[in-house]
Amino acid sequence: MRRTEIRLSTDERPVLARFPRPARVAGYTVLLAFALLYALPFLVQLATAFKSDPEAASHPLSLLPSDPTAAVFRQLTGSGGSGEGVPFLRWLGNSTLVTVVVTLGRVLFDSAAGYALARLRFRGRAVLVAFVVAVMAVPPVVLLIPKFLVLNTLGIFDTYTGMIVPLLFDAAGIFIMKQFFESIPREVEEAARIDGAGVGRIFWYVVLPMSRPALITVTLLSFQGSWNEFTHFLVATQSSDYETLTTGLARFVSGGLGAGTQYPLKLGAALLSTIPVAVLFFCFQRYFIRGANAGSVKE
Amino acid sequence: MSPMVLGLGLFMALPILMAAWVSFLDWDGQSNPFTPDAHFVGLENYRSLLGEDGLARTLLATSLRNNAYYVLLTVPLQTALSLTLAIIVNQRMLRGRSMLRTTFYFPSVTSSIAVCTVFLFLFQGSGAVNQLLGWIGIKGPNWFQDPRGVVWVLLDALGVSDDSHPTGFLADHRLMGLPLGEWLAGPSVAMCTLILLAVWTTSGTFMLIFLAALQNIPRELEEAAALDGAARRHILRHVLLPALRPVMFLVTTLGLIATWQVFDQVYVLGQGDPANTTLTPAYLSYSYGFDNADFGQGAAISFILLGIVLLMTGVQRWLLRERGGRDGRGALRRRLAAAGLPRAGVTEVEEARRAQD
Repeated sequence: MRRTEIRLSTDERPVLARFPRPARVAGYTVLLAFALLYALPFLVQLATAFKSDPEAASHPLSLLPSDPTAAVFRQLTGSGGSGEGVPFLRWLGNSTLVTVVVTLGRVLFDSAAGYALARLRFRGRAVLVAFVVAVMAVPPVVLLIPKFLVLNTLGIFDTYTGMIVPLLFDAAGIFIMKQFFESIPREVEEAARIDGAGVGRIFWYVVLPMSRPALITVTLLSFQGSWNEFTHFLVATQSSDYETLTTGLARFVSGGLGAGTQYPLKLGAALLSTIPVAVLFFCFQRYFIRGANAGSVKE
Repeated sequence: MSPMVLGLGLFMALPILMAAWVSFLDWDGQSNPFTPDAHFVGLENYRSLLGEDGLARTLLATSLRNNAYYVLLTVPLQTALSLTLAIIVNQRMLRGRSMLRTTFYFPSVTSSIAVCTVFLFLFQGSGAVNQLLGWIGIKGPNWFQDPRGVVWVLLDALGVSDDSHPTGFLADHRLMGLPLGEWLAGPSVAMCTLILLAVWTTSGTFMLIFLAALQNIPRELEEAAALDGAARRHILRHVLLPALRPVMFLVTTLGLIATWQVFDQVYVLGQGDPANTTLTPAYLSYSYGFDNADFGQGAAISFILLGIVLLMTGVQRWLLRERGGRDGRGALRRRLAAAGLPRAGVTEVEEARRAQD
């Protein structure tokens, strides 16, 4: 059973008496101000994307553009005005391609490997689990140069293959699936086995359909992870043909492209690149939070 | 199954071995380093970083100094803030709890690069933050261009010293090629923006970890305490905080590991500038390899960094062992919660214990 789902409290009664009214008002005010600190950067970003360059410079904080313009978005999408060295559509295309392939691949791999670790008894299983755990423990930043070495040696540096394949191997996802499969009662599979189904059929027709919540969680985490991935693409590619929203934007923002500040353009590009994950987050928030607490499944 | 193992090995285990080899080479990234022609230099890369006076050692010392202050400020701040937020959002009578939870968590799910872009805009010299500060009569610094260490800035402001660069003893004596005054300078003003950024983006994730732990505390415990007439702060101190102890350890471990690896933010917000005060070992390693084509040196730095991270986890593991028991459960929950962070390798402590069970 899922013990630690963030519940909207089955029992709404407070343990203690409420705070006195003045304290409550003060508390809400402070809390609201604090929430504003978290939301304001995004609001400023949104507003700035619709401002002109001079206005963004002179009124950086105003939330209502005096003369809203969508010029930035026309420029980014290539309709009207030159791209000015910001091949946003190319970045978007690369990000989308890589994210879709990685997400599909991970869901497939993670569930197959997770099932094997959860159910199949084979020699060296414990060693394997320990190995996956050890792999998870290696700090990714330490792997920057090593990853480049492997990609270079295999001859897949600066290719889509080099961008995608290493991301498919995802120890955390394997563990989520393993945990979930272990929570499924064995009787279900026993019944199918007695009816004559093999491991493959049981996995595909019995177990996977029951695993929807875990699959959704892994899908979302994979999507978010590969969409936001930066360091891997940074060391796996070199030419601008393979730039993604993260590597392209990072190079653009840190001064590699174009001149001047162009903040509306930069913030507009950042805004567009945030939207897919933001939409998923607001639609599937339950699963994101569940993902953050997935380990408590059956212990 | 076996392709999975092969893949993990190929992209996780093998690279480490290859990098270990390269860290003993003088290699520019062009030729094949695995032939007898490779220029083997033994421990030379490590010696120039740790042993002998020179640019490499000064850069490494600077990056370690920067990163140490970054860790020292970020970890306590993010832990305290996320715990506070979790306790508040856990209040049963609070209106708009889920709204607040979403607001606090949202920065954690967005791309680090996009968020850095926003911060770059907010913290410009004449940007939104300084405009806000101006309203309350504070003249904000030119954040990303300001290399002064905050310790000297504060002492200067208090009138203790009238120079933001100490002289005499602190300037004359050096440790690893860096003057003592530089070691003691604290994070630069520019580094402070990176710290704020880290606290802002990670507190939501850690809040969720704390929240899950808070909701696992049996309600009866609080009720019993309340019936006994315990005041709110006593319940907090004697019921909630002790119960959260294991999670606190976890959050600080995650924080320590992640903060020693800060990279994306450095890449976007300054690439080490101003005056190398935002340089971190992770970025230095990258920069040696990919900007200077000195991959041997870069690999050597990443091994030094690995050593630091392992040391940190080792210390935490030792502390955790002292507590023992069921506390180590639910490791994966945290691993996943960390997914919003730069993917820290996190839970081997817990998982290894689990594997032994």
